[in-house]
Amino acid sequence: MPLAAFTWTEFAQQIAAGVREGAIYAGLALAIVIIYRSTRVINFAQGEMATFTTFIAWSLMNRGLSFWVAFPIVLAIAFAGGVTIERVLIRPVENAPVLTIVIITLGLALLLNGLMSIIWGGANRQFRGPFSTRTIDVGGVPISVQDIGIVVVSIALVALLALFFRFTKLGLALRAAAVNPDSSRLAGVRVGWMLALGWGIAAVLGAVAGMMIAPVVFLDPNMMQTILLYAFAAAVLGGLDSPAGAVVGGILLGVTITLLGRYVGFIGSTLKLPVALLLILILLLIRPGGLFGRVAVRRV
Amino acid sequence: MRRLPLLEVDHVSKRFGGIVALEAVSLNVEAGEIVGLIGPNGAGKTTAFNVITRLYTPDEGDVRFDGDSLLGTPPSAIVRRGIARTFQNVELFRGLSVIDNVRVGAHARQGEESVDDVLFYVNLHSVRHRGASELPYGTQKRVELARALASGPRLLLLDEPAGGLSHDEVERLGTFIRRLRGDFELTILLVEHHMGLVMSVADRVHVLDFGRTIAEGTPAEVQADKAVIEAYLGAPA
Repeated sequence: MPLAAFTWTEFAQQIAAGVREGAIYAGLALAIVIIYRSTRVINFAQGEMATFTTFIAWSLMNRGLSFWVAFPIVLAIAFAGGVTIERVLIRPVENAPVLTIVIITLGLALLLNGLMSIIWGGANRQFRGPFSTRTIDVGGVPISVQDIGIVVVSIALVALLALFFRFTKLGLALRAAAVNPDSSRLAGVRVGWMLALGWGIAAVLGAVAGMMIAPVVFLDPNMMQTILLYAFAAAVLGGLDSPAGAVVGGILLGVTITLLGRYVGFIGSTLKLPVALLLILILLLIRPGGLFGRVAVRRV
Repeated sequence: MRRLPLLEVDHVSKRFGGIVALEAVSLNVEAGEIVGLIGPNGAGKTTAFNVITRLYTPDEGDVRFDGDSLLGTPPSAIVRRGIARTFQNVELFRGLSVIDNVRVGAHARQGEESVDDVLFYVNLHSVRHRGASELPYGTQKRVELARALASGPRLLLLDEPAGGLSHDEVERLGTFIRRLRGDFELTILLVEHHMGLVMSVADRVHVLDFGRTIAEGTPAEVQADKAVIEAYLGAPA
């Protein structure tokens, strides 16, 4: 496949496309990190949870609701669903070995995937997004409104969450419960509900990622599977312990694989994922905790 | 007429499998008292703290605070009853700043006025934005104390406050604990290995060995007690 001549305009477009990809990975990676920090569990159902809520959005819009009316309804449903999953499926096994809980999340992924096929069928569906796909001129570079919209919504959500975690009493309690449950309990924090709240927030992050990416790809029950792999990679890249790392890792990964796929001839779109994982492997050899993660070393 | 004790540990037993951590231990703390809880390693002192703060549920017996049983109270509601504690090995919120650690301590309270006051009191106001776990060990212990004080407790449980401190720091700590009681109108139960500190600061001392009470009384009485001397130095051959 011969490459077209290099132009800076196209390079800038590729960066923009990479940031858009990355914003989706960042949202999902952040969801993974929020659950991991509080329970040390990787939630393998994160992708299916996101797709499921996106299907709910599709159904609502199919009944005539506009995207922006459906959006907050879906977020509320996602939040309630995340909290319910924690209460019903995770809570009863909270003292079980981590592997047990991981298997439960895998089971949940399969369950949700099956439910989606039963309810909505396995076919690809067109999801009409809120943003137009026409391009506008940004400093001489044509970029689609949709790409800008996806990035703005994703970043806004991350910023809101950051403010919540940093400046509210509940956010502080959530952070405290994640690092030291016993001390938090004795300070009056209801740690069990903090974990449930974490699942609710993670589900909301997934729902937003799903509703943003569905117009770009097609909506089907497996929509998030590859994206979830990239999100895992992004979370590990940033450091599984670090919310900021997940976001930076997501954007970095999105830009890197987009550029590699476009400019390194033999990679193309088929080899993007293995190459991305290889790069992360190399990074982890150098920095085992990820870019922002804390390596568990104590001063003695 | 004697008033009701603020804290009553009433014939509490706690076993882990075949190991008896506490065996029918009874211990009263009157309002305003400083009581020392001492004993050799493994005597059950920290277990007693964990039972009082509801991290453990006793197998037998009852724990009453202000006359009411604590056994129906979950750990997250203990602080609202007016009980706060520190931990033997400092259990701070790693990655959170000093002030955020103390803010979590005030979680159960309305408003945050207590946070600044407490930070000034324990002399941490100037480092309040530093990461708590980056500070020296002795300073971390003060952060933990500040976190406990910020909840506005009536009963403060201190688990080895002198552990890991230098000789000078331990001397100052004794004075500090007595001042603390007055300034915050506290009742204090103190687990400590440092005998000098316990004997200088406590009104009464309670001695555990292998989960059983072997003596209680004033510091002078306990120091002269034969069972206590044997527990610490070994029985004469």
